[in-house]
Amino acid sequence: MNKDLFQNRYNVVRIIILVFASVFVLRLAYLQLFEKKYDKIAFDNAIKEVEVYPTRGLVYDRKGELIVYNEAIYDIMVTPRLAKTADSNKICSLLKLTMEDYSTRMAKARQYSAHKASVFMKQVSLEDYQRFEESQYLFPGFDGQVRTIRKYPHNCAAVILGDVGEVDDNLIKNSNGYYKPGDYVGQSGLERFYEKELGGTQGKKFIYVDVHNREQGRFAEGKYDTAAIAGDNLYSTIDIKLQEYGEQLMANKKGSIIAIEPETGEILCMVSSPGYDPNLLCGAIRGENFKKLVFDSLKPLFNRATMATYSPGSTFKPLVGLISLNEGVQGEIYTVPCNGFYPFAGLSLKCSHHHPWATNIEYALAQSCNPYFWQTFRNAIENPKYTRIQDSYGQWSDYCRSFGLGAKLGIDLPSEARGNIPSINYYNKIYGEKGWHSATIISLGIGQGEILVTPLQLANFYAAVGNHGWYIKPHLVKTFQKVHEKREVKPDLKKNYATIDTRWYIPVNDGLRQVVEAGTAIESKIDGISLCGKTGTVQNSHGDHHSVFAGFAPKDNPKIAIAVVVENAGFGATYGCPIASLLVEKYINDTVASNRLAKEKKMMETNLLDKYALGKNMPVTNGHH
Amino acid sequence: MRKEEKFTGNIDWVTVLIYVALVLIGWAAIYSAVYTEGLSPFNTVGRDTTVNTGKQFQWIIASAIFAAIILIIDGKFFVTFSYVIYGVFIPLLIGVMFFGAESHGQRNWIRIGGFQMQPSELVKFTTSLAVAKYLSTLNVDIRRWRDKWIAFAIIGVPMLIVIVQGDAGSAIVFVVFALVLFREGLESWYLIVGGSVIFLSLLALIVPHLWYLWVAFSLIAAFLIYFNFKNRRLVYAIAGIALIASVYVTGVNFIFDHLKPHQKDRINVLLGKEVEKGKDWNIRQSIIAIGSGGLTGKGYLQGTQTKLKFVPEQSTDFIYSSIGEEFGFVGSVLIIGLFVALLMRLMYLSERQRSKYSRVYGYCVVSILFFHFLINVGMAIGVAPVIGIPLPFISYGGSSLLAFTLLLFVFIRLDSQRLEVLR
Repeated sequence: MNKDLFQNRYNVVRIIILVFASVFVLRLAYLQLFEKKYDKIAFDNAIKEVEVYPTRGLVYDRKGELIVYNEAIYDIMVTPRLAKTADSNKICSLLKLTMEDYSTRMAKARQYSAHKASVFMKQVSLEDYQRFEESQYLFPGFDGQVRTIRKYPHNCAAVILGDVGEVDDNLIKNSNGYYKPGDYVGQSGLERFYEKELGGTQGKKFIYVDVHNREQGRFAEGKYDTAAIAGDNLYSTIDIKLQEYGEQLMANKKGSIIAIEPETGEILCMVSSPGYDPNLLCGAIRGENFKKLVFDSLKPLFNRATMATYSPGSTFKPLVGLISLNEGVQGEIYTVPCNGFYPFAGLSLKCSHHHPWATNIEYALAQSCNPYFWQTFRNAIENPKYTRIQDSYGQWSDYCRSFGLGAKLGIDLPSEARGNIPSINYYNKIYGEKGWHSATIISLGIGQGEILVTPLQLANFYAAVGNHGWYIKPHLVKTFQKVHEKREVKPDLKKNYATIDTRWYIPVNDGLRQVVEAGTAIESKIDGISLCGKTGTVQNSHGDHHSVFAGFAPKDNPKIAIAVVVENAGFGATYGCPIASLLVEKYINDTVASNRLAKEKKMMETNLLDKYALGKNMPVTNGHH
Repeated sequence: MRKEEKFTGNIDWVTVLIYVALVLIGWAAIYSAVYTEGLSPFNTVGRDTTVNTGKQFQWIIASAIFAAIILIIDGKFFVTFSYVIYGVFIPLLIGVMFFGAESHGQRNWIRIGGFQMQPSELVKFTTSLAVAKYLSTLNVDIRRWRDKWIAFAIIGVPMLIVIVQGDAGSAIVFVVFALVLFREGLESWYLIVGGSVIFLSLLALIVPHLWYLWVAFSLIAAFLIYFNFKNRRLVYAIAGIALIASVYVTGVNFIFDHLKPHQKDRINVLLGKEVEKGKDWNIRQSIIAIGSGGLTGKGYLQGTQTKLKFVPEQSTDFIYSSIGEEFGFVGSVLIIGLFVALLMRLMYLSERQRSKYSRVYGYCVVSILFFHFLINVGMAIGVAPVIGIPLPFISYGGSSLLAFTLLLFVFIRLDSQRLEVLR
């Protein structure tokens, strides 16, 4: 046996081993006991928060007919890293893509992430998706994802219902993390205004994901998950049949119809023409169609019923009469001579109608006599009760505002114009405090001049007149059905009272009845329905006069108030009035009498769009029917 | 000297017990690393890692039989045939480069039936036999140059072949034989210089500006010279060492600046410096796994980092991070404790050998196990370079388990016969 000279080195080796082992233990103590950040990093690595999307609320019309629902569509997702062996030729032929298309789509997905799934092709049709699914085993890395889009089975009421599209950056920023890019929200119409109700509430799910971001089961058996709350179902005030009928009548014309149930303020139909099929803004085709609609010169996206403002023209005359009656400046029986013109302050004001002198307000309305209402307006403005025009005009304009004119009514749509009832300051500024007189503003007496109303305000005004002095804010929702709570929520609405004494509606409404019965709108008389209303032929700077009619029916306890505007179409009696009368008849009788079918056909078939396009003018008429 | 009647009587059961504990812990850890719901621990069907537990079980059985056979064979067999075994393996090692099966990108496997075997794992064992044989030869003195070179050659030849095979990780292990030579008399300055070189290299790479080091070396040298001013020779020595150190760190820095980017990255990852995202993925995920284990861990089969494949090579090179995540500080330290206990026990056994052959062989076993432990655990906790070598007895892999079993049990057998004077 060799002599062992180096036994002391036993201890050196032992010390080396112990030193390294101690370093390891210290390092472990640091990592596992003192440094806390790794816990969180590991958690963030493995546990992902995933949104659970709620189903969007359905929309029904006032009779319970389904007018908006959800349809399943399919996105094809790809995880580029796993898709290397996918049969790209086959997938191209299934999805009708070219190979270049395939490469660019794949490149885009890879740019997002090589091992996370992203959209390869959006909103594939059910047929294509089923064929894809059959051969899915050939396409590793590809997967389908179900989403829903909105469907509008009646192809109408686009401006009311609105549309749904991807959230914009602004909303994402302001949503406190609720919305993410690619989420869908209402973009216009009811879809947007009631996003909170229809959209429901997203839920959250915590899942384990592996290093490739693939789901590997639920975290803590779903203890921390929250369920999505489905959107409320919306019962609209719209009568979809009436809406469809209105859109047919307005086909190929520019303008709008709005019908309100006076007793409740519920909007029965709201037509803005030319319209568009709401389904054009659903799904994959949305972007392209949206662009087309935005650039369409006829502005189909513009809701003319709530956003367009017009001079009310002769449809304003009942209000002029009501104010003067209420102010006591003239009685129900009052004569204004009319020889076809109105001599006043050197102005040449004409009446276009040839009719006997009006001796009372009823007849004046029936004949739409311009001199009568100029005089009536003068009586109110020159009222000796007031020393200054500012006071008398101030009082006069307050009467107008008490009917909801000159301000937004607050309809439940994202946008509404406020119209215009000019303020005292407005005239003071233009003419100086002492510089304006009744002659300056005389055209207000026949609804021209600075006064502007939206069709919605006009219809609402006639609803108030039909109600003898009150209205409920026009609105589009009857109830919300909270699906998960099994309860219904109705909007809380109160009556707004106009400041005109109720007794003055009796002669004015008689006059409005006479308009249809024996006046300017006689051709649109409906047997068995006491339609009341007023025609208007509205001067405007854009071309031919707008053809306007506004009214209500029946005369007592009215069921419907209506305003119709057909832009640049001529006399009120030519288009506005027949369209309104057909719609009223359809609503009240549910059918149109056979003797009026020819009129219906004519209205539906009239095409005024060529006229707008070519800029041809109808013969200019000067007056207010 | 009287022959032992029962060979089991003299087996060191402490060592065997630690061995069994490590193997079983390893098996459980592998099951956890590849676990998916409903996976049978004995499953061997499939083409992914889910077969690892089942296959490891078969390897454990094979190793047990193997160990029993070794304990039956007379230890003299290994002593006598040390050079022969060593000699047979050199051509075998070269042969697999040309005729072996390819797996994991390396053509260094032998395929027998359904199993694959890496002969490079066994070479550590055969080299240990040869080293022990040579150093225990009468009149061999490691302090002599001639004997030194022969010893270096015995170690260097297989090491070179393994490098040529492309398995640099396994080749580095051979460096640890220096520890064995040290125990048997190799001059201390080999270790001191070697340690200093590693230390200075690290300094050169970590310290942001070279002149920091130059100033530091100068100050230390000046300080030492001031107190030893009277001893002229010492003053020269100190000045010389400071100069050499300065030149050395400058050289290391120069070489580092001229490395290829991926080589730089690897070194930077090791040093804990910021590198481009993704390059240090393995290490970072392993540290996260261990760090998130806390004091007692997430519980068996509950590790998210390993279960969800954030840590790569979980059942082989990074098995320790799986244990660290699921059993926390307690479990991690327990593994370190078991290894230290095993190494201490083996050193104690080596020191009590009457035969120099057995002692040297014992130190070979200690050194190899120590080095594997050092690199593998160090890598998982981010203090050692990323070298893909298994954690003995614990990592998945038949070749390594069989090779380590062979390595260890030959020593246990030699130890059990220590009372028979061999040679």
